[in-house]
Amino acid sequence: MIANIGLLALALALPIALLQTGASFWGARRHRDALMQVGRNAALIQAALLTVAFACLVTAFLRSDFSLALVAMHSHSTKPFLYKFAASWGNHEGSLALWVLVLALAGGALAIRGESLAPRLRAHALGVQGMLGALFTCFLLFASNPFERLTPPAPDGLGLNPVLQDPALAIHPPFLYLGYVGLSLPFSLAVAALLEGRISSDWARWLRLATLASWSALTIGIALGSWWAYRELGWGGFWFWDPVENASLMPWLVAIALLHCAAIVEKRGALRQWSVLLAILAFSLAMLGTFLVRSGVLVSVHSFATDPTRGIFILAILACVSGGALLLFAARAARLRDDSLFAPVSREGAVLINNLLLCCGCATILVGTLYPLALETLSGAKVSVGAPFFNLTFAPLMLPLFLLLPLGPVLAWKRGSLLGALQRLQFAAFVGLAAVVGILVYRGVAPLWAPLAFGLGVWMLVGVCCEVFERLRARESRPGASFWGMSLAHAGMGVLLLGIVSHSAWSIERIESLRPGDSLDIAGFNITFENLSRALGDNFLAEQALLRVRSGNGDVFDLTAERRVYPIRATSTSESAVNYALAGDLYVVLGDNWTAEAEARVFRFYWNPLVSLIWLGAALMAIGGGCCLADRRYRASRREAKRGWEIRQRNFSADEIQ
Amino acid sequence: MSPLSPESLYGRKRKQRIFFLGCSMLLLAASVALIAIALEDTITFFYTPTELLENNVDAGESVRIGGMVVEGSVDLDPDGTIFFLVTDFSNTIPVVFKGIPPDLFAEGQGVIAEGVLNVQGAVDAVRILAKHDENYKPPGLQ
Repeated sequence: MIANIGLLALALALPIALLQTGASFWGARRHRDALMQVGRNAALIQAALLTVAFACLVTAFLRSDFSLALVAMHSHSTKPFLYKFAASWGNHEGSLALWVLVLALAGGALAIRGESLAPRLRAHALGVQGMLGALFTCFLLFASNPFERLTPPAPDGLGLNPVLQDPALAIHPPFLYLGYVGLSLPFSLAVAALLEGRISSDWARWLRLATLASWSALTIGIALGSWWAYRELGWGGFWFWDPVENASLMPWLVAIALLHCAAIVEKRGALRQWSVLLAILAFSLAMLGTFLVRSGVLVSVHSFATDPTRGIFILAILACVSGGALLLFAARAARLRDDSLFAPVSREGAVLINNLLLCCGCATILVGTLYPLALETLSGAKVSVGAPFFNLTFAPLMLPLFLLLPLGPVLAWKRGSLLGALQRLQFAAFVGLAAVVGILVYRGVAPLWAPLAFGLGVWMLVGVCCEVFERLRARESRPGASFWGMSLAHAGMGVLLLGIVSHSAWSIERIESLRPGDSLDIAGFNITFENLSRALGDNFLAEQALLRVRSGNGDVFDLTAERRVYPIRATSTSESAVNYALAGDLYVVLGDNWTAEAEARVFRFYWNPLVSLIWLGAALMAIGGGCCLADRRYRASRREAKRGWEIRQRNFSADEIQ
Repeated sequence: MSPLSPESLYGRKRKQRIFFLGCSMLLLAASVALIAIALEDTITFFYTPTELLENNVDAGESVRIGGMVVEGSVDLDPDGTIFFLVTDFSNTIPVVFKGIPPDLFAEGQGVIAEGVLNVQGAVDAVRILAKHDENYKPPGLQ
């Protein structure tokens, strides 16, 4: 019953999406307010219908309705509540249902809150959003229906893959998808601007708002995924340059470029064409990511779906949507030309350099991710492109970005002074250099890049602090939320870099076979394998190894590394034992039972110094994004916005950025 | 500030364009060079055991091999080194790995071993990948 309602809602969403597209475009073309109103209402109805459909899917999972094939494949009646909930998006069909839902919600948000936009611009954007909704609802209905029946119903389900049963991973997909699909809004706005041939500062404000919100969500999503991989996969690493990870990193990078660029459009009216192009690229990369992940074309440790028709379907959508938008850009971009002037050394110039570096970085990742696919198609040779490739290409492009990051905010608009900026940041430069020297003395020269990169991280962090301090001391104007947001995000980037550098350069790995009573020393810790015991969990059997750790300063604590066997899935997972600390994580993985001696076990020990800075940095960036969203200019109440629009309509030409 | 004449505005706009175009060309060239160098040096070829034998891969080359772990072939040394055989059902390649294999590694299951081919014709693996598949189906259903 629930499933039928869900399917009905999903099926109804398709004609409504088409209505939204038709009414919005036609209304905008003919200047008919009533038709544009129909388009807005359709967007709201579509959002409501898809919310109902997704709620039905979640309910089916919570009630363990095994007459649905999807539930039977991915859930189990004994599973904990949270994972029944999370199982609804932990699979191909469910995750695409979430994709379409977020798309509709983005359209709904534009329909409700978009009063500040010119009505025709909003109608065009809603039309594009509706078109995307129709295409992806089609895909959901005809190629991956989440409400497919299983006859006869299964007596019980297969359960969720045990390695996916983790709180961080349970909420990882919704954030990731908010980010991915949220980028559809900048895309629709960009296409609408091309159709209109005109850009206003309200357009830029919306562009930045939507990009900031999506980017913050994407940051949280990626960080959660990385945190999960760090704890759950038992490799002690946080990033594996896996194609699926790259697929999320590419739109993230372009979104950073876009949100900086949109700020320039908003405040100075410069870089208009470029921002439109970036908005198109960002969503195209998000769709490409969906294609890579959901088509199974890549040999990846994630290897999700492997149905070729689905891949072709998404590829066709990608080709139509991105190809169409790029063609439109080629034809219409000239109309958005601006005459703003700025010197190479200026805030606009800094943002442009930031954009170029980010785009080049993104391009190297794109090449690294697609090269194996292209080579296999062309010559049949199978290659894998891994961390060494990206360390050699992506990392060198990011270093100048980090070097220039603290300079950008202290440069003036239009024409800045490099000397002046450096003077303001001399303290940060001094501390950064001191950090390089300190690390060289303390850690030695090998590897040489590590002290330099660490110094860069310190330079970024202290540079941001200098700027904040100066702004507070000046006291002529209190900095707004968006200044705080920017500073937090920039500081977060510095913190992230510090974490990445110390993890990649100075972590220690040891693999030892121990019997109960044996002990070993690693990074100043003395670890003793005390005993081995067995335990029974909700839906698994566990083997637990108790380890007593004595740290250098006399602290004693216990760690329990665990290996779980899930009988329902006939799989096992290792639950690594981690002692989290700011200075570094002590990380222990219990190996399998393959020795001749019944009680001996293979252990893997890691010492990961400062690794928690990685997630702390990501959190700071996401919070920074959120702070920017709270800025006064995005919080203007609806009535104000509407009144503002009416006033502007009277002096229409005056509003446009000259 | 005095109003700019159209000529000088045009000229400055052009200078600005040329500067940033130059920058992007430079960066693009740098990226292409980096990619070319990296593709030359860092990529790893993926073989099945049969392809590995047919392609006369030299010892010391980094490779990835994929196949099934032969039933009963997994052997663990007390120091934590694992030996096992990877097969594509026509040829078999031995793999040596020091470490703990991933959770889904098991005899009779698919595996990818990443490492260097040694002179004995075995792969000294630095990383073992087993497939994480959300669509795992035990036999009997479907």
